[in-house]
Amino acid sequence: MSKKTILSGNHAAAYAVKLSRPDVISAYPITPQTSVIEKLSEFVENGELNARFIRVESEHSAMSAVLGAASVGARVYTATSSQGLLYMYEVCWWAAGARLPIVMGIITRAIAPPWSIWTDHNDILTLRDSGWIIMFAQDVQEVFDLTVQAFKIAEETSLPVAVGWDAFVVSHTVEPLEILSQEHVDRFLPKKKIGGHMLNFDDPFSLGNLTYPDDYMEFRYDIWKTQREALDIISNIYEEYSEISGRAYGGLLEDNMCDDADIILFMMGAASGDAIEAARLLREKGLKVGVCRLRVIRPFPAEEIAKKSERVKMIGVFDRDVSMGYSGVLATDIKSALKEYGVDVPVAEYIGGLGGRDLRVKDFLEIFEDMDKMARKGVKFSRKWIGLKEKYIGGAP
Amino acid sequence: MGEIMVRVYAPIARPTIGSVGKTGIWRSVKPVVNYDKCINCYLCWMYCPEGCINIIDDMVRIDYDYCKGCGICSNVCPVKAIEMVREE
Repeated sequence: MSKKTILSGNHAAAYAVKLSRPDVISAYPITPQTSVIEKLSEFVENGELNARFIRVESEHSAMSAVLGAASVGARVYTATSSQGLLYMYEVCWWAAGARLPIVMGIITRAIAPPWSIWTDHNDILTLRDSGWIIMFAQDVQEVFDLTVQAFKIAEETSLPVAVGWDAFVVSHTVEPLEILSQEHVDRFLPKKKIGGHMLNFDDPFSLGNLTYPDDYMEFRYDIWKTQREALDIISNIYEEYSEISGRAYGGLLEDNMCDDADIILFMMGAASGDAIEAARLLREKGLKVGVCRLRVIRPFPAEEIAKKSERVKMIGVFDRDVSMGYSGVLATDIKSALKEYGVDVPVAEYIGGLGGRDLRVKDFLEIFEDMDKMARKGVKFSRKWIGLKEKYIGGAP
Repeated sequence: MGEIMVRVYAPIARPTIGSVGKTGIWRSVKPVVNYDKCINCYLCWMYCPEGCINIIDDMVRIDYDYCKGCGICSNVCPVKAIEMVREE
């Protein structure tokens, strides 16, 4: 049966990977990811995990190694952060384009320069357009749960899956969690079947050849189509998993007090916990606010987001990332979802917490109060940076 | 197995002869074997990067439909039996 224990986010990921019985793991250490692969190499070394651990000289090679292994049908895992993800970026697109079910943990860390080892979400969001399925956890338990599910989602869709969690706040914070038994995981995640497009000696072919303009577009269309179908596939897998684990997060989005809310804040990651706490406090004062946490970024749950936004006075989007020259990354997608489903609701964008700048309940109390004030005044749109040092505030909207 | 895994439109290609057309037309110089000098060591056959040197009746034969004229065969020939001749 399941076991209650206490682990860091990174060790929770390592246990989830071990229980998922991968054949090959390859990774290159980078703070704050290191303890994931340290733990995994320990499992391989002491015989607890029957997998090949390929040591490599860079992230580009790590992704190449798991890409090679996946292309002959192995179940594979890697993990990285920030600069490491950027270094393997080229191969990430190969993984998606070659339709290989690779699972990667991304322990989100700000991108240099200036050098930083603390969390923000710009690194994982660089995968947004690549064909990778992207999921994001809030706490240690969810890191475990999403990692196990990621293998099944990858193998059902024949697409790579990235599972994100925040540097230190989740990766190195030790929390109680429940770990599934091997029997449970085995039943949920049967032995991997080999896809027809995986290399074998008996029927040789090559993968990823030159493709002329006559053929290329259909390959992109097929990834796009599978991504759209994956909304249902992921939802079904979440449901199946929650029957085994007894934990339900609500699917693609986690709804916290949104049902009767006048104001909803959309966001992802660890800081959602602080936002939810702020929302609870404000509800005690009679302010009807809610937090809608995005658990899946690609495929984008546009319809669900639009539905949540239909009957509210204002929505907010908190981005722990920024698309330079425009708005937060989530905000651009959420605004386009509202247009797609004809939802006309005022939007307040917030950008903050970059490079690990601390986000507290107090910050979200201010955000909700700011939104309440704007909603009363009838403000249709605003975009603000949160927590900036005062002398830097001002200039362009 | 997931249904998508079966019908996935993956970028695979099976080897065929000349899938991008007759690459021999790319050639500016052409290897010509002098069979009086050739000692049948087959080094050229082994080194040809395009696989367009065949062994027919124990003799090397260059497939000019696909030979791009890179000159590797001429270079590796230990008895200088392959001359690179400019295409007319």
